[in-house]
Amino acid sequence: MELASLFRPAAMAPLPDVEAASLRSDRFRLQRELGWRRLEAIVSALERNRMRRIADDDLLALPVLYRQAASSLAVARETSLDAGTLAYLEALVRRAWFQLHGPRRTFPGWLREFLLGGWARAVRAIWLDLCIALAVMVAGTLVGWLLVARDSDWYYTLVPGNFADTRRPGATRAVLEQALAGKGDGQGLSAFATYLFSNNTGVAIMAFGLGFAFGVPSMLLLVYNMAVLGAMLWLFHGQGLTWEFAAWLSVHGTTELFAVLLSGAAGLHVGRSMAFPGTATTLDAARQAGRIAAQVMAGVVLMLVVAGLLESFARQLVEPTPARFAIGGTMLALWLAYFIFSGRRAGAWR
Amino acid sequence: MTGAHDAKRLRVLVTPEGLALPLTLASRGARFSALMLDLTLIVTLLVVCALMMIWIFGGVLQLDNSGRNPAMEVLSIGGIMLLFLLRYAWFTWFELGARGATPGKRALGIRVAARPDANGQGGGQGGRLTAEAVLARNLMRDVEVFIPVIFLVSGGYNAGVAGAAALLWIAVFLLFPFFNRDALRAGDLVGGTWVVEVPRVKLPEVLSVGENRSGTYRFGPAELAIYGEHELQVLEGVLRQGRPQAMRAVMETICGKIGWEAGAGDEREFLETFYSALRAHLERDLRFGKRKKDKHA
Repeated sequence: MELASLFRPAAMAPLPDVEAASLRSDRFRLQRELGWRRLEAIVSALERNRMRRIADDDLLALPVLYRQAASSLAVARETSLDAGTLAYLEALVRRAWFQLHGPRRTFPGWLREFLLGGWARAVRAIWLDLCIALAVMVAGTLVGWLLVARDSDWYYTLVPGNFADTRRPGATRAVLEQALAGKGDGQGLSAFATYLFSNNTGVAIMAFGLGFAFGVPSMLLLVYNMAVLGAMLWLFHGQGLTWEFAAWLSVHGTTELFAVLLSGAAGLHVGRSMAFPGTATTLDAARQAGRIAAQVMAGVVLMLVVAGLLESFARQLVEPTPARFAIGGTMLALWLAYFIFSGRRAGAWR
Repeated sequence: MTGAHDAKRLRVLVTPEGLALPLTLASRGARFSALMLDLTLIVTLLVVCALMMIWIFGGVLQLDNSGRNPAMEVLSIGGIMLLFLLRYAWFTWFELGARGATPGKRALGIRVAARPDANGQGGGQGGRLTAEAVLARNLMRDVEVFIPVIFLVSGGYNAGVAGAAALLWIAVFLLFPFFNRDALRAGDLVGGTWVVEVPRVKLPEVLSVGENRSGTYRFGPAELAIYGEHELQVLEGVLRQGRPQAMRAVMETICGKIGWEAGAGDEREFLETFYSALRAHLERDLRFGKRKKDKHA
């Protein structure tokens, strides 16, 4: 107890005697000032996240003190012309209001609600945007394929330099097979996973953010990224390696492309809601869409962590085509099952 | 006290108790300064960490430079994650805290708050700032802040038509806060938030507890009827600041108005007594529902 008292805020200066004040409004203030100061001390501790430093009595008294301060403010506005006191009370009530009405859930609580249904519900809520984004992605792949099939020079325009190392038009089957092979040993793979995760998350967040302009740039980004894939698919198809390439891609691709699909759809959802707000105002529509899209995006970050691990470890260490397909297919099935079935019992985890 | 410019930023928030709380939106300048402060902090942190890493890295290299080294892998993972977290998690983490503000915003005395919806109700969920709202506003921050900064620093605008298009695109985001009433940036729009001032105001001293001198100076109804609430508050400010020249000037003005001869040496006593008398007079009228805004009313 002795130690605890050391950490208490310094004792307040003693208040002047209430009767000493000649003005009625100042007597009003002096009678209530202790309560205001107590509220101020509690609110300051809350703002500094020092929940433990607050005595139980104080925490219990908080709602009462808040209401007293609020009613003091209401009365003072009608009876007092002391600008300093009014400004103090307004600031105090506002600060207390923000603390009483701050985020109620703790982070673990939010995460639990999010993983056990909130995320899947958000994903299901944007099903129409998912369909549109999926169609756009398929179209992008086709465009990439067709462009390169007509004129292989397109390959160099579409595919960024780091992918077009040995995997270029005219490469022999052996060279392409080599590109699909695993690495065998596990050296440097966790750094690779981290790099992939941070890079892919950056792209996904950009795809989401670009959705602001009515979703058009998000879709363009999807088309471009999938066109690269289409072009590479054409290249491997030309040497009869379609299945091997698909297996190589599916290990992480089912997770990563799913995440890209979700982020594009989330961006499109925001853009679409602003372009066609329906009966709500544009601002309210954007706000509602933003809340759903933010949940989807929080999940996308998680998915990309998984995708990064799969891409660096599983793809490099697992070589046989059927095994690669098994990993990719299992992941896809898991994600689909999760999004379709999770959180169906509304409110079960509230 | 508030100028016409500040009045534009004034909003009213109605609490569940039915109390109207005035809110002042943060100015665009304050928000820009807060952002610059945060970016400076991020870059400083990055440089400090980089130097520390080079220091450790050097040690590790000396230990074993025969090839791949698990310690180096740990270091590069740490580096990538640090970059990632500073870019994407800094703002979200701090704004989810109890103060709803990053260090930069704290320094400027502003915070993020839930914006009431079109019906004037206190925000989507009773005025609560939700995790989703903070997440949404900071996901947008990437295209609004980081990509333009990287673009401008790397000189991407020299790339002909594509560069010009990108510049236009960036301008849309940068100018967005100037084309709406609440100075919302795109992230605020999507998150359903706005940024407001949360000043910490100290409770000033009680003014009417001094020695009662109503015997020395006696003010009649005619003398107290001249001024209104505005003048009372100006006088309050002068008394609280307590600068002798200002008190002298105000005393001379008041004496001129009420036709008294201004004495010397007892400005504070005179003004305190006049303040108490005027406030008592105006507050009595206030209790009867009569407000006198200023001397012209």
